[in-house]
Amino acid sequence: MPRTQVQTRLNGVDVDFLCEPRQSLLEVLRDELGLTGAKEGCNNGNCGACSVIVNGRVVNSCCVLGVEVAGARVETIEGLAHGDKLHPLQQAFLDEAALQCGICTPGFIMASRALLEREPEPDEHRVRYWLAGNLCRCTGYDKIVKAVLGAAAELRDAPKQEVK
Amino acid sequence: MTTVEKPAYSVIGTRPVRPDGVEKVTGKAQYGADIRLSGMIFGRVLRSPHAHARILSIDTSAAEAHPGILAVLTYRDLPAAEDKMEELGESNINVKEASDNVLASDKVLYRGHAIAAVAAASPHVAEEALAKIKVEYEILPAVLDVRDAMREDAPLLNERRFTKSMGGVMSEKPSNIAAHNQFKGGDIDAAFADADVVIEREFTTSMVHQGYIEPQVSTASWNADGTLTIWTSTQGAFAVRGLVAEILRHPVSSIRVVPMEIGGGFGGKLPIYLDPVAALLSKKSGRPVKVSMSRTDVFEATGPTSGTHIRLKMAAKGDRITGVQAVLSYEAGAYPGSAVGAGAMCMLAPYNVENFQLDTYDVVVNRPKTAAYRAPGAPAAAFATESVVDEIARQLKIDPLEFRRKNASRQDTRNVMGVAFPRIGNEETLDAAINSPHYRAPIEGPNRGRGVASGFWFNGGMQSSVVAAVNTDGTINLVEGSTDIGGTRASLAMQLAETLGVAYETIRPVVVDTDSIGHNDVTGGSRTTFASGMAVFEAGMDIRRQMITRAAKLWSCTEDEVVYEDGGLRCLKDSTKELTFKELAAQSARTGGPIVGKASLIARGAGGAFATHIVDVEVDPDTGKVTILRYTAVQDVGTAIHPAYVEGQIQGGVVQGIGWALNEEYFYDESGRMVNSSFLDYRMPTALDVPNIDTIIVEVPNPGHPYGVRGVGEVPIVPPLAAIANAVADATGHRFTALPMSPRKVLEALDGLE
Amino acid sequence: MEAFEYLAPATVAEVYSHLGNGKTTLMLAGGTDVIVQLREGRKRCDQLIDLKHIPELVAHGFAGDGTLIIGAAAPLAELYEDTEVQRRLPGLVDAASLIGGIQIQSRASLGGNLCNASPAADSSPALIALEARLVIGSRDGTREIPVEEFFLGPGRNALRPNEILLQVKIPPQPAHSGAAYLRFIPRNEMDIAVASSGVRLRLNAAGDRIEGARVAIGAVAATALVVDVSALAGRAPDAEAFALAGAAAASAATPIDDMRGGVAQRKHLASVLTVRALNIALHRAMEAR
Repeated sequence: MPRTQVQTRLNGVDVDFLCEPRQSLLEVLRDELGLTGAKEGCNNGNCGACSVIVNGRVVNSCCVLGVEVAGARVETIEGLAHGDKLHPLQQAFLDEAALQCGICTPGFIMASRALLEREPEPDEHRVRYWLAGNLCRCTGYDKIVKAVLGAAAELRDAPKQEVK
Repeated sequence: MTTVEKPAYSVIGTRPVRPDGVEKVTGKAQYGADIRLSGMIFGRVLRSPHAHARILSIDTSAAEAHPGILAVLTYRDLPAAEDKMEELGESNINVKEASDNVLASDKVLYRGHAIAAVAAASPHVAEEALAKIKVEYEILPAVLDVRDAMREDAPLLNERRFTKSMGGVMSEKPSNIAAHNQFKGGDIDAAFADADVVIEREFTTSMVHQGYIEPQVSTASWNADGTLTIWTSTQGAFAVRGLVAEILRHPVSSIRVVPMEIGGGFGGKLPIYLDPVAALLSKKSGRPVKVSMSRTDVFEATGPTSGTHIRLKMAAKGDRITGVQAVLSYEAGAYPGSAVGAGAMCMLAPYNVENFQLDTYDVVVNRPKTAAYRAPGAPAAAFATESVVDEIARQLKIDPLEFRRKNASRQDTRNVMGVAFPRIGNEETLDAAINSPHYRAPIEGPNRGRGVASGFWFNGGMQSSVVAAVNTDGTINLVEGSTDIGGTRASLAMQLAETLGVAYETIRPVVVDTDSIGHNDVTGGSRTTFASGMAVFEAGMDIRRQMITRAAKLWSCTEDEVVYEDGGLRCLKDSTKELTFKELAAQSARTGGPIVGKASLIARGAGGAFATHIVDVEVDPDTGKVTILRYTAVQDVGTAIHPAYVEGQIQGGVVQGIGWALNEEYFYDESGRMVNSSFLDYRMPTALDVPNIDTIIVEVPNPGHPYGVRGVGEVPIVPPLAAIANAVADATGHRFTALPMSPRKVLEALDGLE
Repeated sequence: MEAFEYLAPATVAEVYSHLGNGKTTLMLAGGTDVIVQLREGRKRCDQLIDLKHIPELVAHGFAGDGTLIIGAAAPLAELYEDTEVQRRLPGLVDAASLIGGIQIQSRASLGGNLCNASPAADSSPALIALEARLVIGSRDGTREIPVEEFFLGPGRNALRPNEILLQVKIPPQPAHSGAAYLRFIPRNEMDIAVASSGVRLRLNAAGDRIEGARVAIGAVAATALVVDVSALAGRAPDAEAFALAGAAAASAATPIDDMRGGVAQRKHLASVLTVRALNIALHRAMEAR
C-alpha cells in the first residue's frame, strides 16, 4: 500500500509527512516526525499518555489516524514552551514536584492545557474530573492537581497565550 | 515533624527542582521507546494462547518468507541454559528458568508465555508475520488458584520440581509447592491455651499488577565484533547486563547496557523479558532492533504480584498480643520465587510478640512469574495481620491505635528471625498518628467508617558505586549507576551538596551506562537514597580529604592544621588563609591535577521503616461502592532528604494500595486467560477516584547512615489494604477478608445477594 | 493492524458510491471504537470511510420545530458544550458526558456509540427515554426508525448492507417533563457501565401526577431494554411509584455474569439506578415549570 502524504499544522508550523492509513497519529508523531513526547501506555484510549491537542481539543493520539489530521491544527508537548521559557503548567509541575517518573507528564500537561483554555477557574473536583482520562501510577495525583490549580491561578494573572 | 535532635542541614530538607524535570515536562526526556538509531527495525513477540501446554512443534517458515521480515527467533536460538542460580537483582535467579521465560522451550506455563519473535522495518509488518508462525500444542490442564495448586491431585507445572523445606529436605513426590519455610519462636500452644481472646480468620488477595504506565521495551545493537549495546527500560542496568550475559552465554565485558529514563517500575522492571530477544534479533538481522510490549503483553507476560491465601490466628491476653500462628501460601506464577518469605518477615514487625509460628508456602501456578511489587510480600501479609489486630482491639474495647501502641516493637525487640531491631521509629509513628488532626476529627454520618493499620518494610543496602568529578568552575559531575525511578538524582545530589557544603545547583548528577561506572545493584528495596547516598557521602568525604591535602600544600602547613567546613577550607594556625570550594577547584591543575572523589561499597545499616495509616470511607449500601473520604499516611523516613519527593513516594504508594484494596485484580476465565488485560477493565484509580493524600513525615534518623536516611518508597503500600478493610468494617459492620472489595463483592455481602 | 484504504468523501452521495463494490467497509466517525477494534483484530476492513468531512454528518442543531438533529459523526463534546442542548436536554448531556473521558469525548460520536451496539452503550438508554429516532440512508433514499429498534444483539445493529446512519433526531420534549441518565461503574469515570438507566418522567401541569414515563435500562441484557412502566401513569410522583418502576426494571433485566458484574448485582442496580434517575428527572421536570 503506497503511503499517503499528509499536510498539517504542527505546533504552529506547516509540516507534511508520509504514512500508511493504519498508522495512528501517535505512531506518526513518534516514528515519522521524531516527536517522542507523546507516549504509548496502552494503545487503546484508556490511559491518556498519548494526549495531544487537535483543533483545540485534547485527544488520545492512539485513537486518531495520521491521515485524519490533514488540514488540522495539532499541538504537542514539544510546542508548549516558548524557546527557553516554560509554560506556567510546565513550571508548576516542576515547582510542585508533580512528576516522578514523568512518563504520564506530557499527557497530563496537554490535557490540563485544554482544560485551562476553556475554564480558567476550575475547582479541585473539576480538575480531577477532567484529568480522569490520564492515568498516573507514581504520584497518586495529589501534587498534579495542586500543580494544575496553581498554574490556573498563574495563568489568570498572565497575558493570554497566543493560539496558533 | 522531627522527633529527635536534628542537625541544622543546609540542603537536606529543602525542595529543589529535580535535575531531570525540565526534560520531562518538555517531552525531551528519552525513555526506552524513544531511542532512534540508524537503520533500526522493530521486533514483535508471539505468545502462547494457552495457560499450560506442551510445545510439539514451531514452524516459522511462512513467517521467514513474509516480505520484509529480517529475522525470526525461537528458543533454539538461545544457548541451552544450565539449571543454575545467579545472584542478580535483589534475589537469586535460576538461569534456565529465566531463559525459558524469555522464550519457551518444551512447555508454555502461562498464557502470554513468549514463544517466538520476528523483526521487520515496520511493527505492522512484524505483526503480520507473527500471525504466520504455526505452533502445535498439546493442551494440558491448567491450575490457576494457589489452593488448587497445592492439592495432591493438582496438575503439575514441572514434573521435576519437589518441595524444598527447611534444612534442604526435599519432598518425596513432585509438587507445585516449591518451598516450605517456617519462622518459629516461643510457645504458641501455651499462648493460645492461656488467651483471653483468640481470633482466627482466612484471607485471600488477588494477583495484581504494578501498573507502570510505560510498557517494557528494549533496543539492542549487536555489532559484528560481538560488542552488544542495549538501551532498555530497567531498574538495574548491571542486572540486565549480567543476566543477558548468562542467558546468551556472551561475555559481560562485551555488553553495554544503557538505562533509559524509566516510566515506572515498582519492582516490575527488575526481571528481564525482552533484552535477550532484542539482542538476538539484532544479531540475526545485522540491524538495531527495538522490541516493545503491548499493554496486554505487560499484563499477561511480565511479573504481577502474587495472589495469596493466608490463615491467621491471633491470641491476646489483657491488652497484649501473646501469640500469632499463620500459614501463608503465595502464588509464585510459572516459576518459583514469590515473596512469601518477606511477607512473613514483615507482618509482625510492628509488634512485640514472643510466641509465633509462621509457615510459608511458595506455590507455582499457570500464571506469569510474579515479580516484586513495592514491599513484595508485605501488603498481603499486613492485610491479614492488621485486620485481625483490629478485630482483637475491638473485642477488647481498646482504641485500635492505642492497642498497637501498647504492643509496639522498639529498639531491641526481636523480629521473627530473632534479630534485634536497631533504633526504629514505630512508636513515634504511632504517636504521630494518634495525635494527628485526622485521627482527632470525629467521623460522622451514615455509612461512614474509619480504619487504621500499620506496616513495615526492611529496606535494602547492597552495592553502589559513584564518582564525583570536580570541575574547575567549582561545579561537580556526580556519576552514578542507580536508575532514577523516584527522584534519586536529586536526593543524591543533595546529599553530596550537604557533604561538601556547596549549593545543590552546582552538582550535575547523571545516571550512566554499565561501561561508565562501577557496579551498582538495582534500584529497588528502597535502597538508593540510602546506599547510593552513603556512597555519595563517602565520595564527598574523599573530595574533602583531597582538598585538605592540596590546601596544606598551598599553605605550607600540615593536613592536621587544615579544616574543611561550610564549603571551604581554612588554616587553623593562620586565619588569613582560607579558600572556598570554588577557589580551590579553580586551582586543581596547579595543585596536583583533577579532583575526583569516588566510593564503592556494600551498604550496611539499612534502617527499617514503619508507617501507620488512617482512612475514612463512605460505603453506598445500594451499590456497594466504597469512596475514600480522607486519607492520612504517617511514616518514619529517618531524614527527609527532599520532603516533596518523600511525600510523593508516600502518596503514590497509598493510591496503589487503594486500587489494590478496592478494584484491581486479575480476572481469569477457566482456560487461564486474563479477561481484563487492559486499562479499561484492570481498574487502577484515576484522579477522580481518590482525594488528596495527606502525609505526616516522622523523622527518627537511622544511626546507620550519615544523614539518618531510611528507605521510604515501599512501606507506603503496606498498610492501605487493611486500613481500608478496617474502615469498611467500621462503616458497615461487615469484615471483608477477600480483596478486592469491589462494589460487586460489597453489595453481595451487604445485601445478601447471590 | 491490517492494511486498509482510507477514504474521506465530501458528500453522502460520495459515501454511497464506495459501497456495494464487494470491499469490506467500515465507517470512521470518532474512531475511538473502530481504530482500537482494527488494531486488536476484532474487526477488519478493506476500506475505511471517514465521515467527518461531510458537514451534515458532523453538525448538530435545533430545527424550527425544536427537534435536535445530530449528525452521526458529531463529537460528543460539541454536543454537551452547547448551552441550548444543556438547557433543553440534560438527559442527553448526562449520557454524552459519561462516555469515556475527555479525550474520548473530543472525538467519539453518538452515531458511533449507537452503531457499535454494545449492550452497555451509554447512548442507548438515554436516547430511548427521549424518544429519539434515527435517520438511516442508502443510495436508495432514507428511512427513519425509533432508536430502540436499532439494536439486534451485542455488536449488531439494524443497518442493512450498504446503509449508513446519517443522523440522530431528538423530538422536542413534552411539557412538564424531565429526563435523566445514570449508570453504575466501579470507578468514577472511564469504565463501561455495569448497569444503566435512562428515564423520562412526564407530569401534569400541577406537577402532582405522572402522565407518562419512559424507562430504558442498559448493560443488563443483550440490548438496551425498554421497561414497561405504564403502571406509573396516574400515580403521584413519589417514592412508592418510583419503587414500582425500579422493581419493573429489575424484573425486566436479563443480565449475564462476567468480569464487569454479576446477575443479582445488575438486577439490583437496574432498580436502584432507575429510582435515582427518576428522582433527578422529577427534579428537572419541576424546575422546568
